[in-house]
Amino acid sequence: MMNKLILGRYIPGDSFVHNLDPRSKLVASFYFIGIIFLCNNFLSFGVMFAFTLFAIFLSKISLKFFIKGVKPLIWLILFTVILQVLFSQGGEVYFKWGIFTISEFGVQNGAYIFIRFVLIIFMSTLLTLTTPPLSLADAIEYLLRPLKVVKFPAHEISLMLSIALRFVPTLMDETEKIMNAQRARGVDFGEGNLMQKMKAIVPLLIPLFVSSFNRAEDLAIAMEARGYQGGDGRTKYRVLHWQGKDTMVVITFALLTALLVFVRS
Amino acid sequence: METPLIELKNITFKYSSEETKNALSNVSLNIYPGEWVALIGHNGSGKSTLAKTINGLIMPNEGEIFVKGEKVTEKTLWDVRKMIGMVFQNPDNQFVGSTVEDDVAFGLENQGVPREDMVNRVKDALEKVRMSDFAVKEPARLSGGQKQRVAIAGVIALRPDVIILDEATSMLDPQGRQEVIETIRKIKEDSNLTVISITHDIDEAAHANRVLVMREGEIIQEGTPATIFSRGEELIELGLDVPFPEKLKAALNERGIDVPATYLTEEGMVDWLWTSGLNK
Repeated sequence: MMNKLILGRYIPGDSFVHNLDPRSKLVASFYFIGIIFLCNNFLSFGVMFAFTLFAIFLSKISLKFFIKGVKPLIWLILFTVILQVLFSQGGEVYFKWGIFTISEFGVQNGAYIFIRFVLIIFMSTLLTLTTPPLSLADAIEYLLRPLKVVKFPAHEISLMLSIALRFVPTLMDETEKIMNAQRARGVDFGEGNLMQKMKAIVPLLIPLFVSSFNRAEDLAIAMEARGYQGGDGRTKYRVLHWQGKDTMVVITFALLTALLVFVRS
Repeated sequence: METPLIELKNITFKYSSEETKNALSNVSLNIYPGEWVALIGHNGSGKSTLAKTINGLIMPNEGEIFVKGEKVTEKTLWDVRKMIGMVFQNPDNQFVGSTVEDDVAFGLENQGVPREDMVNRVKDALEKVRMSDFAVKEPARLSGGQKQRVAIAGVIALRPDVIILDEATSMLDPQGRQEVIETIRKIKEDSNLTVISITHDIDEAAHANRVLVMREGEIIQEGTPATIFSRGEELIELGLDVPFPEKLKAALNERGIDVPATYLTEEGMVDWLWTSGLNK
């Protein structure tokens, strides 16, 4: 099931985008999502589209992966687009039936929203495809650090995040094992009506929770035995390197913003 | 007599005040530098509890523990933990890091070791357990034995005086078990480590200089592996296994063949067998 999901997967590689600092990638992705709302005509969307394609080209990852990333969300996107098309008013009216109107503005808005969605998904897919989850956690910890001033537990959050990420495959394996063990005892998963389906989940969920509690206890003891006393006075093994190309990314984004402001109407 | 590295004086411990039975009752024990001590006993005999009291994961209700002459208290706890490394049973549940090298570095990070130093020590520790090729692998891609070797690397990177194996091989297959014991044995030779191994595995106990047998929170027997294992029947009554030569001995005795009562290793047994034929 998870193999089909492209969202949140990492594809190892050695490209310009892969080698960027995760901090610059993370900030750039968020910034990209922010400035995409500056676009308000086809030229500005064109600029953004060209930029995204260029970024994808730099990552050396096939466009297929990105299209796969859009697929699970396509119904949501189409639904929103159709709503926009049918209910937006203004401009020349092409078609009218009851409360539904297809107008010039509607079609235009629909197209904008479609492009916006696709670009946002492309960009976030690009981020997760080229950045290992761990580096992302490191980047988040670094970016949250200023919040320590307001007593925000940045270290704890990032520790939880990295432990959670580390246990995802372990727990997936265990889920699989428990499912098979329960199947061997005659539990049918995914059969029957909604109520029966939900009931079948119980013999999976409870053992999984109980074993997670046990795991947590074991892990806490193991961490303590290895001298873990909280975030203070710790050094870090992983370090992030800000390179020249990261500065380049920042400059590129500044130029892109300037261009957008110039071409938008 | 040498001064003991670890001294336990009349340790008594109960998990909760409602329980009538003590998990540990009046345990006294000295462990000397460079020793390999094996703690054996059936489930619930208090072996793991004893191990946890040594590095202060559990505070005893009564009695005192001294590590390198320092009493284990709330205050000295963290210094004591620096001297004692522990490897636990479940290889998955003690893997903190997201990759092998992160996990080995975890303990060093906690101690605030500077990064340059840390990189060297991580590399060094991984070499010692022969896991250098796996440095950037994730735990999900390792076998149980490999994960335990990483756990050992995480401990030896901290350069402890004592390493406690709390049933560290009990969830491994025979090959993984062999690898882990072999790794520990080599590291012990190289760096004069003191090893306390808690185990059900009789082969692991056979590596020890001294074997302690526990039952219901007490140490009931103490001796070299040879003296302990020669009490074959008693061990079985305690719910423990006996080494293969002892089983063979029992089977031969049953068939009316007199085998010397002293403990024989596998080689000793082979030697005795082929020379015994000559005597007839």
